[in-house]
Amino acid sequence: MAAFESLTSRLQSVFGKLRGKGKVTEDDVNEAMREVRLALLEADVNFKVVKDFIARVKERAIGQEVVKSFTPGMVIIDIVNKELTELMGGTQAKLAKAAKPPTVIMMAGLQGAGKTTASAKLALMLQKGGHKPLLAACDIYRPAAIKQLQVLGGQIGVPVFSLGDKVNPVDIARQALQHAKDEGRDYLIIDTAGRLHIDEALMEELRQIHEGVKPDEVLLVVDAMIGQEAVNVAQSFHEQLELTGIVLTKLDGDTRGGAAISVKAVTGCPIKFVGMGEKIEPLEPFHPDRMASRILGM
Amino acid sequence: LRRKKIDEAFYEELEEILIGADVGVTTVMRLTDELREEVRKRKIEDASDLQPILSEKLVALLREGADEGLRMAESGTTVILFVGVNGVGKTTTIGKLAHRFKSEGKSVLMAAGDTFRAGAIDQLEEWGRRVGVEVVKQQPGADPAAVMYDAIRAAKQRGVDVLLCDTAGRLQNKTNLMEELNKIYRVIQREMPGAPHEVLLVLDATTGQNALSQAKLFGEKSGVTGIVLTKLDSTAKGGIVVAIRSELKLPVKLVGLGEKMDDLQEFDAEQFVHALFAGAIDKEAEAGSAG
Ligand SMILES: Nc1nc2c(ncn2[C@@H]2O[C@H](COP(=O)(O)OP(=O)(O)OP(=O)(O)O)[C@@H](O)[C@H]2O)c(=O)[nH]1
Ligand SMILES: Nc1nc2c(ncn2[C@@H]2O[C@H](COP(=O)(O)OP(=O)(O)OP(=O)(O)O)[C@@H](O)[C@H]2O)c(=O)[nH]1
Ligand SMILES: [K+]
Ligand SMILES: [Mg+2]
Ligand SMILES: [Mg+2]
Repeated sequence: MAAFESLTSRLQSVFGKLRGKGKVTEDDVNEAMREVRLALLEADVNFKVVKDFIARVKERAIGQEVVKSFTPGMVIIDIVNKELTELMGGTQAKLAKAAKPPTVIMMAGLQGAGKTTASAKLALMLQKGGHKPLLAACDIYRPAAIKQLQVLGGQIGVPVFSLGDKVNPVDIARQALQHAKDEGRDYLIIDTAGRLHIDEALMEELRQIHEGVKPDEVLLVVDAMIGQEAVNVAQSFHEQLELTGIVLTKLDGDTRGGAAISVKAVTGCPIKFVGMGEKIEPLEPFHPDRMASRILGM
Repeated sequence: LRRKKIDEAFYEELEEILIGADVGVTTVMRLTDELREEVRKRKIEDASDLQPILSEKLVALLREGADEGLRMAESGTTVILFVGVNGVGKTTTIGKLAHRFKSEGKSVLMAAGDTFRAGAIDQLEEWGRRVGVEVVKQQPGADPAAVMYDAIRAAKQRGVDVLLCDTAGRLQNKTNLMEELNKIYRVIQREMPGAPHEVLLVLDATTGQNALSQAKLFGEKSGVTGIVLTKLDSTAKGGIVVAIRSELKLPVKLVGLGEKMDDLQEFDAEQFVHALFAGAIDKEAEAGSAG
């Protein structure tokens, strides 16, 4: 949206005023940091995460090149970019692999985040890689959730294990695991119902599923449009489930996606994949550098 | 707010509360500038005098246009179209609203305009069974505008009081899908003069700044008249509706508070604003009892 000014032009206007004055002062850096802060807040990065981030970048900026540089704006952008990329980077998008198959992957997240879609995309990705995934329908609450997974499974030719909506999700997950073993499927992907991180009963259900199938991978599915709450959501899910990774969905939209920073900052978990559409195509790997540019509007 | 004195730290804390509620940094800075002005003019010194002023300001802003409730047809069928991005709660809200109209004794029909998403028609039909309302549908993959055409004809024939039209979720930057929505909108307008009586943009309260772009672009293509703010049972505050209200003049009409058929309420501006500051008030209570 045009309302957002890119960080580049913001910083140009900060440092443009300095032309002729010669030297960049600490005050100038402070002013530049205010612009960086605004850009990050407009991109939905959590305000507490922004605070820490600004402190770190400022230290680096004052400590080194900026003050001496002829192009302070460029130097700051470079530092911000690198710090952001580093923050979101780390371990690359690799799925865990169980020593003894099947590898069990559990999907979790808020209502409507994109879990069921991401489950199918993950299954397709694995199938294209020569694997034999099985999908498990453990959402017994949302109307037609099982049907949705079955239709998607049908579209990509991946079997869906279901026991209807009258059986406890914990039992469905356990039996799905047994079924995967019996049928020689090497990956089991468990689709769960959407739930709020503050819903104690449903969070307990997730813990029991976790206990029941001992997943190798627990992926939190996060809508890229989420705002400031991203930190609380990610933190709660992480505390209760020991997440191993994040899937960021709906990145085909025009959102800046600052949640990527928030979620990574509070969980330390790598963003393993991104969802780029409603159609069932393989999940795509996450690129921290592209995400940094997107968040900064460059 | 904990602080007693109005100083820079006070404004900073206030800013953080509002930004933390997703009000958005531009709107927050405008609001705090206005407050500073107020403080100067009225010579306010105590922070406790300022908080109610801000709350009143916000309530007045949000209340405008929201008070009247849903606009109903003077005679014949009221048509309500639901639009919004993926997964926000359109279908669920339709189910809840159908239930509400039914319990008011109205006859209701639902149109399965999401012919794209896997299981979408079944989901609406399941809601139909739950609340005892019929669904007009075609096959998955059918033209959604054709579904609306059928639904309006059926609504006229049967003389139903309310027709609730579901649409597929779509991101506002997808030109083709937005044109498809525009076509749906125009078919409804063409087939029944005066319709749609409301076009409700469904927004997920956990959404950040992108909601503003949603409101703008859906407004352009489908003439949005109001907002349904869903998932307010979460810890998210949905503060972006403040920015939407002040920039686009769109009122919030309904709020979603859960996944069950009764979890739908009228928007209450006072309660909403109270909840915006609720976290801060809790902190104050904690600090009070600890000290
Ligand atoms: N544009 C876009 N839409 C997506 C993406 N991922 C999911 N969706 C859509 O988002 C909506 C919700 O997706 P689901 O997969 O049903 O989400 P969920 O988390 O399983 O939802 P619940 O089970 O109700 O909690 C659907 O309309 C999907 O088509 C994506 O990457 N891009
Ligand atoms: N906690 C909570 N969940 C809700 C609320 N409204 C809807 N949901 C849930 O959010 C998820 C998505 O709801 P849907 O009604 O399918 O959303 P939609 O906008 O129709 O989604 P698409 O058609 O895929 O774009 C479901 O799991 C709903 O149960 C609400 O007010 N509170
Ligand atoms: K809330
Ligand atoms: Mg699902
Ligand atoms: Mg729907």
